Amino acid sequence: MIVGLDMGGTHIDAVIIEDGEIINTVKKPTDRGNLFKSIWTTLEELLTDYDKSNIERINLSTTISTNAIVEGKTSPVGMIIQSGPGIQSDFLACGDENIFISGYVDHRGSVVQNLQLEEIERGIELFKQRGIDSCAVVTKFSTRNPSHEIAIRELAEKHINHVTMGHSMSGKLNFPRRVFTSYLNSAVYDTFNEFSDNIKKSMKREGVDAPLYVLKADGGTMNLSTAEQMPVETILSGPAASFMGLNAMLRTDKDALLLDIGGTTTDIFFLADGVPLFEPLGIKIDKYKTLVRAIYSYSIGLGGDSSIYIKDGKMQIGPKREGKPYAFGGPSPTPTDAMIVLGLMEEGDRDRASKAMDKLGHVLNLSIKDTAKKVLDTMGEIIKHEVDELLYEINSHPVYTVKELLYGKEIEPQVINIIGGPAKMLQPTLEEKFNLPCYYPENYHIANAVGAALAKTTTEITMVADTARGILSVPELEVYEKISRNYTLDLARKRAMELLRESAISLGAKEEELELEVVEESVFNMVRGFFTSGQNIRIKAQVKPGLIQELRSDRVV
Amino acid sequence: MFKAKNELGLVFFPAFDWAISLTHPEREERLLYTQDQLFEEGIDDIEGIHFYNPIIAEEQDVQRVHFCVPDVRSRLTESHFISVGGAIRASQAFMEGDVDKAFALVRPPGHHAHRVVYGDRGFCIVNVEAAMIERMRREYGDLRVAIVDTDCHHGDGTQDIYWNDKDTLFISFHQDGRTLYPGTGSIYEFGGPSAYGYNINIPLPPGTGDEGFLYVLDNVVLPILDEYKPDIIINSAGQDNHYTDPITNMNFTAQGYAELNHRLDPDIAVLEGGYSIEGALPYINLGIILAMAGLDYSHVMEPDYDESKLRQSRRISKNIEEISEAVYNRWRNRNELRQRDLKDAEIVERDRQIFYDTDRILEDQTQNFKVCKNCSGLNTIRSQSSTGYNIFAITIPRDACSKCIDDGYRLFRNTPSSNYSNIYIQDRVNDEFEVR
Repeated sequence: MIVGLDMGGTHIDAVIIEDGEIINTVKKPTDRGNLFKSIWTTLEELLTDYDKSNIERINLSTTISTNAIVEGKTSPVGMIIQSGPGIQSDFLACGDENIFISGYVDHRGSVVQNLQLEEIERGIELFKQRGIDSCAVVTKFSTRNPSHEIAIRELAEKHINHVTMGHSMSGKLNFPRRVFTSYLNSAVYDTFNEFSDNIKKSMKREGVDAPLYVLKADGGTMNLSTAEQMPVETILSGPAASFMGLNAMLRTDKDALLLDIGGTTTDIFFLADGVPLFEPLGIKIDKYKTLVRAIYSYSIGLGGDSSIYIKDGKMQIGPKREGKPYAFGGPSPTPTDAMIVLGLMEEGDRDRASKAMDKLGHVLNLSIKDTAKKVLDTMGEIIKHEVDELLYEINSHPVYTVKELLYGKEIEPQVINIIGGPAKMLQPTLEEKFNLPCYYPENYHIANAVGAALAKTTTEITMVADTARGILSVPELEVYEKISRNYTLDLARKRAMELLRESAISLGAKEEELELEVVEESVFNMVRGFFTSGQNIRIKAQVKPGLIQELRSDRVV
Repeated sequence: MFKAKNELGLVFFPAFDWAISLTHPEREERLLYTQDQLFEEGIDDIEGIHFYNPIIAEEQDVQRVHFCVPDVRSRLTESHFISVGGAIRASQAFMEGDVDKAFALVRPPGHHAHRVVYGDRGFCIVNVEAAMIERMRREYGDLRVAIVDTDCHHGDGTQDIYWNDKDTLFISFHQDGRTLYPGTGSIYEFGGPSAYGYNINIPLPPGTGDEGFLYVLDNVVLPILDEYKPDIIINSAGQDNHYTDPITNMNFTAQGYAELNHRLDPDIAVLEGGYSIEGALPYINLGIILAMAGLDYSHVMEPDYDESKLRQSRRISKNIEEISEAVYNRWRNRNELRQRDLKDAEIVERDRQIFYDTDRILEDQTQNFKVCKNCSGLNTIRSQSSTGYNIFAITIPRDACSKCIDDGYRLFRNTPSSNYSNIYIQDRVNDEFEVR
């Protein structure tokens, strides 16, 4: 028995899945004042008639951290930033107190200038005076050499409750994002840990002894103890839950376009040969661009409840939503009204829906029915237009080798899979606009909870092996190992796989479900003077996001 | 993140899978640390900085500026077509108005590639900027272009291509040719009969530092550009004037390069040489990008930067002032000098021996420029190579009059093929290229 729960802005959905079948579902409104209570009461109701000792695992997708950030309810953070030479760094002052310190490390990981300990001591003193109990230390190129971050943390943690180190957040190079990611991690640390304590206590009280996993924005999970250290990884997992649900309900190994069409927005995702497309660096939350790995998703202001206007004789839908559809007493015509007029929906006031279409049709010189058809057609047009633009952008992402430029893969969707309230009604329009088969699952309303339930544990690592310096590094795992001058790409690849496996298992993955892959690898001959001085080997490897079980449910249309 | 003052288009194509040879300076690793630095600085997150992939250039792009012997396909690798395509993509972003400025960080470089190409010289086979400029003229019409070549080596290939074209002003400042490859680049190399004075060389003494480069910029380059009034300024952005470069002897810094680009304010920059791949390129490229984007570059600095060690001597400063004055005076007096040096010549010939250091080829050539009242005049090249070719090449210039066009084709048809292994005609008016 696997339990999946997805907490959205308005609703919480939960499911129990056993042997690939959905055996129970619950939907409850979200109480924004008490998110923990919302989750717990939903879980209690879901599990009422089931034997709790049969639960293999509980997968949660929560908005705890997201809400804290978006609503500005985070803890104060003291930032210690070492920016070295380069771009001016004032814009990195994201903390409540920000200390910019001297010293720096270059791109190879060599310490060029040492730390000034008294600067750091002064900083910590200031944090203490200001009552700041959470801090983050980030140094430029710390992924290449974290010694300054580690030294600072050792000093800081004697006085400060929690210290995030930049290099442990991600192995990718991007100093500003590393600063913001570390800041956010410290900012939501208390909020998330309070939540996690509550969950653990409640589970113990109710005798639930299953391992608990938390969904990440990359469509994978991590165990609760990891989430407690890396709470920033729990942000924006909602779209990932829907995405995984879509994949669970409609499997494909082709290039595909995935849409989650809701009341206010439509989320757009892509698969390349059935494998999710990721954000190149990380997701953006509030004003912060981060290194939090995430499934590529793009949201447009178009949904069943979007307002429809006529501007210069042309129909416009969205991006605003002004309330309920007209047929449900709302202020302006919406796509939902069009669907009611066309007999695609039972609910709502048919007369009001007709009136809404009539108002628009009057301006356009169209009958009520033709206006309603035009609404669906326009929605299809908007989606097609946005998707084409996104595909153009994605397919022109920078490449760095002759081979990739000449033979690189381009994404060309062969199929469209959709979920969401208006999905069924829009299916024929989308098929026509894209000239592609379009499918939707019968149980699309709980796709998000199913997605959360079935998401596997995922992680990725970034390895650099520099044989001239004799160091192999995987910053996010705190791995800095000595290697010999004769170290090779083959050895590095093997080591990457071992480390990735160990890391995934420590995050809660089961050995048998692991699918590891090398995403990128390259090796550079390093020449100093006129002689080869070593090899610079670079590897990115990941646990492929995937499903714990195949869903044996209805496969539709 | 903040916003760039100028929208800047970047083509960053490090060609991580291409090298001249395993340990050659022009190898896979060359832009690796530049990439690391740019990624770590978060350049791609700055609003207003846009990345573009190269397009792949066509044979025609190469034939507009070169006579590849025996042909284009046998001389170029895919990487060369991509390097040219990268520059073309940057120029398109600029010409289409998508960006205010564009910088193509592409390799291999091109400024040592002359009109005739038997092989690789100075790590160059195809002249990237020239191919880009001629494609721009083809797509967007006539343009008055100024190229400022800031590579430490004389841009002899670019000089050769634009030798007789006064709509393309070529200014190169470089380490004095008596002390560095390729040896040319004296102030007396002043242009062909139709463009006398529009080829400007500023040879600088070894040891020139920031002060000297900026002096030349302020006192020679900028005043000349002011008078020339180009539609477009292109920086042929070699980075080997840097104090850490392994194959040159100058003392320019990343700050200096950034400051130079800030003052020069080029529309398009194209990377050329520069082989201090760890100690210089990451910082110079960052500096140039920030300067072109109109952002603060004052914190860009090399790890081993030491101002006191890099200060240029008084003797060097004095030397630079004298050269600057001489160059500027020659520019001001270019019409009188033309009268004095060329008088009423109807034909101007020049003989040269060209060495292809990378491919070890020796070439003997004679260029022949006809002086025409109505256009830049027909010109031809007779050339022999140590690899056994003996070619005759005819160029009908872009502004050719109908008589010169007819003369060109007549010459192409009537030249006995028994005398040459290959006969070429490059008709720039009709954008045609033929071989016999």
